[in-house]
Amino acid sequence: MTDSASIISLSNLIKQFGRFAALRGVTAEFAAGKFHVILGDNGAGKTTLLRALAGLAQPTRGTISILGKEPHDACRQLGYMAHPSLLYDEMSGMENLRYFARLYEISGDARCEQVIRSVRLDPGLARPVGQYSQGMRQRMSLARAILHDPEILLLDEPFSNVDVHSAQEIVGLLKEMRDAGKTIFVVTHQASLLQGVADEFIWMQAGQIVDRTADFHAGFSTVGKQ
Amino acid sequence: MSLLRSITAATLAKDIRLEWRSRDAINSMLFFSLLVVVIFSFAFDPNAEESREIAGGLIWVAFLFAAVVALNQTWARELRNQVLDAYRVSPAPATALFVAKALGNFLLVSLLEALMAPLFMIFYNLRPLGPAWQLIPVAILGTWALVVNGTFVAAMSLRTRSREIMLPLLLFPISIPAIQSMVEATRVVLSGDGSARFWIVLLLTYDVVFTTACLALFETILQAE
Repeated sequence: MTDSASIISLSNLIKQFGRFAALRGVTAEFAAGKFHVILGDNGAGKTTLLRALAGLAQPTRGTISILGKEPHDACRQLGYMAHPSLLYDEMSGMENLRYFARLYEISGDARCEQVIRSVRLDPGLARPVGQYSQGMRQRMSLARAILHDPEILLLDEPFSNVDVHSAQEIVGLLKEMRDAGKTIFVVTHQASLLQGVADEFIWMQAGQIVDRTADFHAGFSTVGKQ
Repeated sequence: MSLLRSITAATLAKDIRLEWRSRDAINSMLFFSLLVVVIFSFAFDPNAEESREIAGGLIWVAFLFAAVVALNQTWARELRNQVLDAYRVSPAPATALFVAKALGNFLLVSLLEALMAPLFMIFYNLRPLGPAWQLIPVAILGTWALVVNGTFVAAMSLRTRSREIMLPLLLFPISIPAIQSMVEATRVVLSGDGSARFWIVLLLTYDVVFTTACLALFETILQAE
């Protein structure tokens, strides 16, 4: 699937860990302003693909171009949310965001307060993140990822260990962001939550993209996975 | 340059806040050093003359082992919840992270030295016969030598399976010139056996060389998988 307004292009991307190839020659282009959902079994290469896009995994071979740049050069346009929270448990949400804001040269508390409110949390909450519920932690993790207002969001399992209500809230937030023009990639095993919201379902198997469909059920029947 | 300073300051402040709340490193270091002082003073029971000869080695070995505790803690915090990845995906320079970590460790180990040095003096009945002021540059340069290499090596061993063992295994051999300088300088000052100037210059040279090397190589270490 090629799009003239592609924001990310991958060319023959290979990532090996020793003898194991997590990605086996992935070539793809992804359109801007769309909601992409990456699906596949455990070990299919979803997280490795996301980490490669974030610049956290160096490709063994092949190239990644994000807005025409290498991933690390495009880091201001990328927001990354991993399976773990990427937050300090001993600090409050606001303290965490204040620190990460400094890394992106964002001064003052206004932006931190704004993103915490945007994920439906209270900036005044003094409790350390370690004492948050899983749903609150995931939302705070999302707040950290969107703190610098990135063009592209890379989210790894944002709904894991989250109750249905919190997951639906996160889906609502992501939909708002896509509608605001952000490009979103979500790796998940809970694709049903994103039916009717996502623009594209990307099916991975054994380190390769095996199908890309607009309809979740079409991909489901073709690949026979999930 | 101001970005580097700002991020270094923010990271250092964050680390101090985390240490203040948990007191993980300082408590372990204090307890360990205290044990060394007390046990060794009972085990050897040296007279004043013997104390001056062995105290240099004893003090610095105790501080070195205690520093390893702090050095292990430095990066362990960044591994919990994979917070280090949040730094790696940001535009913040790797150098700022390294300098902040090294400065944080320097403050911690210096605090330990400030608290433990008087106890060493009391337990071993020490009174410097040489120029006591020379112990100040020895302590500053020696501590920096330990923490700058220690911070770097701890980052190197981050992704290894037995990092608690790897850290001393890699750190101690490269620290031998610095430790020898610190021990000899302290012995010279305590026994009044000449001047520690040569050892101080050696420590300074060691610090410059290893700080430069660590700063140059840290980004590669940080981005390694």
